[in-house]
Amino acid sequence: MNSSSHVIEARGVHKHYRLGVTDHRTLGDTIAGLFGRTDTVMPSTGQVNGRDFWALRDISFGIDQGEVVGVIGRNGAGKSTLLKLLSRITRPTSGSIRMRGRISSLLEVGTGFHPELTGLENIHLNGAILGMRRAEIAAKLEEIIAFAGIGPHLETPIKRYSTGMKVRLGFAVAAHLEPEILVVDEVLAVGDAEFQKRCLGRMRSVADSGRTVLFVSHNMFSVQSLCSRVLWLERGMLQADGPTSDVVRSYLAETNAPNHVRSWEEADAPGTDVLRLRAVEVRALSPEKAFLTTVPVEVEMRLDNLGITDSDLNIQMIVRTEDDVIAFISDMTEAIGTAAWMPGATTVRCTIPADLLNDGGYRIDLLFQRQGARHFLVEDALGFQVMEGPRQGAWFQKWRGALRPRLHWER
Amino acid sequence: MKRAQGRSDHEVLVEASSPWWRTDLGEVWEYRDLVLLLVRRDLLATYKQSLLGPLWQVIQPVLTALVFAVVFGFIGRGQVEDAPPVLFYMAGVVPWMFFANVINRTSQTLVWNAALMTKVYFPRLVAPLATTLATMVGFLLQLLVFGIMAVAYHLRGGHGGAIGPDLVLLPLLILLTALLALGVGILVAGLTARYRDLGFLVSFGVQLLMYASPVIFPLAMIPAGSRVRDWIMLNPMSGIIEGFRSALLGTPMDWSLLAYPAVMAVLILAIGIIVFQRIQRSFADVI
Repeated sequence: MNSSSHVIEARGVHKHYRLGVTDHRTLGDTIAGLFGRTDTVMPSTGQVNGRDFWALRDISFGIDQGEVVGVIGRNGAGKSTLLKLLSRITRPTSGSIRMRGRISSLLEVGTGFHPELTGLENIHLNGAILGMRRAEIAAKLEEIIAFAGIGPHLETPIKRYSTGMKVRLGFAVAAHLEPEILVVDEVLAVGDAEFQKRCLGRMRSVADSGRTVLFVSHNMFSVQSLCSRVLWLERGMLQADGPTSDVVRSYLAETNAPNHVRSWEEADAPGTDVLRLRAVEVRALSPEKAFLTTVPVEVEMRLDNLGITDSDLNIQMIVRTEDDVIAFISDMTEAIGTAAWMPGATTVRCTIPADLLNDGGYRIDLLFQRQGARHFLVEDALGFQVMEGPRQGAWFQKWRGALRPRLHWER
Repeated sequence: MKRAQGRSDHEVLVEASSPWWRTDLGEVWEYRDLVLLLVRRDLLATYKQSLLGPLWQVIQPVLTALVFAVVFGFIGRGQVEDAPPVLFYMAGVVPWMFFANVINRTSQTLVWNAALMTKVYFPRLVAPLATTLATMVGFLLQLLVFGIMAVAYHLRGGHGGAIGPDLVLLPLLILLTALLALGVGILVAGLTARYRDLGFLVSFGVQLLMYASPVIFPLAMIPAGSRVRDWIMLNPMSGIIEGFRSALLGTPMDWSLLAYPAVMAVLILAIGIIVFQRIQRSFADVI
């Protein structure tokens, strides 16, 4: 590894947060502390309230001039923290990152926009915030205005702009930065399909001009089309670093590993003294058993009831997308009310109707509640992948959204 | 393009800690365009929201000076030199308001710009610096009004002392006030990130301090060498306010009064920068 050729070099980067404890104190607290009252949070006892959390652990990598590198990982894997370190918004707890050249980072579109200022004034302001000189902005003004397509509204305060217009304006400014290193968050996830295409095109031309790009994304489609190399973060650690196709394949294999059936022995079954979950299964209710968007999906739980004789047990099914977004929560009691439970083996079934799920991966958590509070939770109890069913219409990319319900339309 | 190449050898090191004396003052200069645009944003945003905004800026010190002239007029009778009381009080109130406004606003910069600071990097000193400059614009406007009033008095009453040769000192006095207030402001900004209730304390303290500085009375009223005078002169603004009076009203300038404020301005600003730098580093993790 020849370190001198790297334009970005991270060495042993750690980032630590203490959740639940902030550095805020009031003067009153401190003064009280001086007089011996010790009920305030002192650094040594901070852990009482706080939870130590290592957002990044021992991250090292080197990126060469002109590489286009994707950063992938689940929510909470440390992508945003890495982005903040590269953007110099926060500092590592230990380790270092060395970067050579002019850096621009885009963590959101339209940072620092002021609603009272006009589109034109905001172009200047936003450009300066992103590190452009006034002369540079002036030189590119025509292009930026054309790219954003807001010509007639240049002199309108942007508080009257639609969200889409603001996003276009923000991206137009950002797209005309000419850094040597560009660090981008998933800003592409906004705007309509046409605009996304233009943004991707713009990113590709930045990459083609020999500049170094670091692109953080959930979207495997855009990662695959843009990046030659991928860093995969998992629980704050670098799980893999290699060619895009290899890393994306193993990432998808792991995160969407189908998990259609699970069962537990009596001794290690999740649950409590009064209730245990012995088996769960998810199946597609069609002759072919294929999970399609057009097919209902059934979830079945087998429970061992060791002592609940009243009606006080509720089950919630929490369905998440592969991006860890909760698609929906279904509550048994809400659906069918309560009734007394019989001791012994019990089977509970829940059906997700056809034409509700989108294509993509889903994971299911099962939450068991007694007296309105959590009794126990089985995270990631099941996982399955839904494929595109037969489709009408002309759109062949992935539909956005956690769900894709077929609603009632009239005309 | 030439400039971009110039920056390629520019290396950035992101590390856990850096020595306390390392500041990003050099980088603030590189970001001077951002400073100007933030000043513009502040001014445009304030003045667009209401027509009364700039008008109020001007009315406020005039009204305050009028009230002082009525309420405290008897205190300084005979000692207010020849200047009309309203001009005398305005010459103290206007610089004091500038001082107080800069402290109150810069001490809030970390909070007000939190959304920006968690999303994008720029040398953090840019924000309080821009706030100070934007506040200065209002101040200059007030000085202009003072000038107009002084000329009006001059033409009508023939009072000759309103504008003296020491007027050339005005830029130096403005600079001193700005540096001192910025220093106090960022020191407070740094400390309020830790101690949130400090902000209220400081803005109240600055308000009270006005009554202990020669804003509402001529310094000449307090006998030189007395205990009270020593206390009053401990406030670096006292010497500066006296300086403003000399420059604006044409009273004799006592140069020795400016030495202490100048030293304090530099000292407080240096401490402010160091404290602010240390605290802003962890600020993005705290909000």
